[in-house]
Amino acid sequence: MATTTQPAGIGTASGDGAQVASSIARLITDAPVPHPTLLKTFGAMMAREFRVLGRNAPSTFIRAVMQPLLFAFVFAYVLPKIGSGFGTGAGAASGLTFSTILVPGLMGSMFLMQGMFGTTMPLVMEFSWQRTIEDRALAPVPIRVLAIQKITAGAIQAFIGAAIVFPVVYWVHAPGQGPHIDVTSWFLLAAVMVFSSTLTASMGLWLGTVVDPRKMQMVFAVVLLPLTMLGCVYYPWSALHVIRWLQILVLINPMVYMTEGLRAALTPSIGHMPLWAIMLALVGGTAVFGYLGIRSFRNRVVG
Amino acid sequence: MITATANGRNSVPAGPPAAKAAIRTEDLRKTYKSSRGDVEAVRGIDLDIPQGEFFGLLGPNGAGKSTTIGMLTTLVHPTGGRAWVAGHDVTRQPVAVKRRIGVVTQNNTLDMQLTVAENLEFRSRFFGLSKGVAARRAAQLIDAFGLSDRKNAMADQLSGGQGRRLMIARALVHQPDVLFLDEPTAGLDPQTRVNLWDILKVLHAQGQTILLTTHYMEEAEALCDRIAVVDHGKILAEGTLDKLLAEAGAETIVTVRYEQPVPDGLAERAGLADRPGVTKVETDGDQLRVFSGDPEGLLGDLVNIGAANGLHVRDATEAKPSLETAFLALTGREYRE
Repeated sequence: MATTTQPAGIGTASGDGAQVASSIARLITDAPVPHPTLLKTFGAMMAREFRVLGRNAPSTFIRAVMQPLLFAFVFAYVLPKIGSGFGTGAGAASGLTFSTILVPGLMGSMFLMQGMFGTTMPLVMEFSWQRTIEDRALAPVPIRVLAIQKITAGAIQAFIGAAIVFPVVYWVHAPGQGPHIDVTSWFLLAAVMVFSSTLTASMGLWLGTVVDPRKMQMVFAVVLLPLTMLGCVYYPWSALHVIRWLQILVLINPMVYMTEGLRAALTPSIGHMPLWAIMLALVGGTAVFGYLGIRSFRNRVVG
Repeated sequence: MITATANGRNSVPAGPPAAKAAIRTEDLRKTYKSSRGDVEAVRGIDLDIPQGEFFGLLGPNGAGKSTTIGMLTTLVHPTGGRAWVAGHDVTRQPVAVKRRIGVVTQNNTLDMQLTVAENLEFRSRFFGLSKGVAARRAAQLIDAFGLSDRKNAMADQLSGGQGRRLMIARALVHQPDVLFLDEPTAGLDPQTRVNLWDILKVLHAQGQTILLTTHYMEEAEALCDRIAVVDHGKILAEGTLDKLLAEAGAETIVTVRYEQPVPDGLAERAGLADRPGVTKVETDGDQLRVFSGDPEGLLGDLVNIGAANGLHVRDATEAKPSLETAFLALTGREYRE
């Protein structure tokens, strides 16, 4: 009885140490047995992306919605209201509103923005001085699977970013200036949207792994701006026939095929390039940039 | 120049990995190509580490320790030799190796966009644990590593010591066969360092195989069963602390630095090598260094010998046998941390 009170203090002190030691020891003795498979690891990595996206949802949403909102406001509301000459080109001649031409173009530029930002910016962070990429690189899958996961995550962001354009242009326009959308084939629309997403995300992976992070701002200016401005956003590709050299030159711009593909799927009343050329460029471009991106990603991760 | 006493490498592994080896390497090499010439970071390292051992790679910064760990953990591609971890070839079976290792890198690779608990949960799920099991494992690790009051904090809000504990916890989620720790206590305060040592000792007592790199001699002395002293990409000596000291550092090293250069032949004329207990005498510019098992009176004699030859003493040191004297004996250089 006398012994119960005296050693209590000592007992607690040494008991704490012993307790910590035993809980550390239990980490080894009571460990669950892991059974990783490619699919489970890939799924867990995607779940991690969605957790982060969800946490950053407000800023992600604002980033995604600002561009189409402002574009639609200026081109489909302000300009028609003040009666500028805008929209009197090929579209207006055939009785189309400018917003009809703008929807595919705007979606195309959203693919590019969201796909490249969504893939490249996280990579720049992960390859910076702390190399947090090593955390994911130690997961029990080949490095190329990690690269494919990065493309998948970026493509999903691009897809969502482009889809946001629909509600925005439906609501934001001057009276009578709404877009005339006529989905000829949902299958074609889905195919164009999916491969436009994978193409921009693959380009993002490649850029994010070959460009020095310190020069990323410059690269965005040199790559993103010309691709967007010369991506047939504000006019269909066929309208460029009056400037023949430019019509041929822009064929190297992947974005042209996205906007033209969307025109084929959404606004068939406007002329578009042949479907085979569009799909070849979107699928082939994904394959080429995917291959280059995965290869340079592996070289960056494994020294 | 020192021609080191018996070089501690007595076993050169050959052939396929023995069943019980946790880590085995054969002439492992890494040369980084660059436009300014090639850099040989690791120049032929042989290791044979059995399961359950706490093994230390000790060496100064830039010795090639991190590159070696990089190769063993599949994140650096060897340019020569071979390595097996948990029985799997690191170059040919990297996924099998990654399944069986836990790695605590020197840089902070915590997922800064996730909370403490999420860092552990997602890592568990990367290793195939279901959502529920992953959450339980995370809770168990958070409790054991004393992070309960920080479990909902974002990873970038942790202190240095908390971050390091979380990284060790994260490396243990899937019960790895081998735990790699690259400079785990670098930059931590002494109290935090000792706390981490206690954790590592308990893990080792439970049979966890651990490979640790460190540039702190006292860390290697306090923790490791066996130590390999590494510098310039090579193992200079390897063995238990006692063996290293017996082979390389059992003598006290007396160093006297004079204000003038030591004349050629002075050590021979003074008969220093013939004194009882002396194993080696070295002249190095203005320094005279004597390795002796019987250092009694040696320091005074060196001062007198100098004085008789017109040399004034600038400073003098007497280093007792330790890893530090072993390092000095092996490399001919002061240990630089």
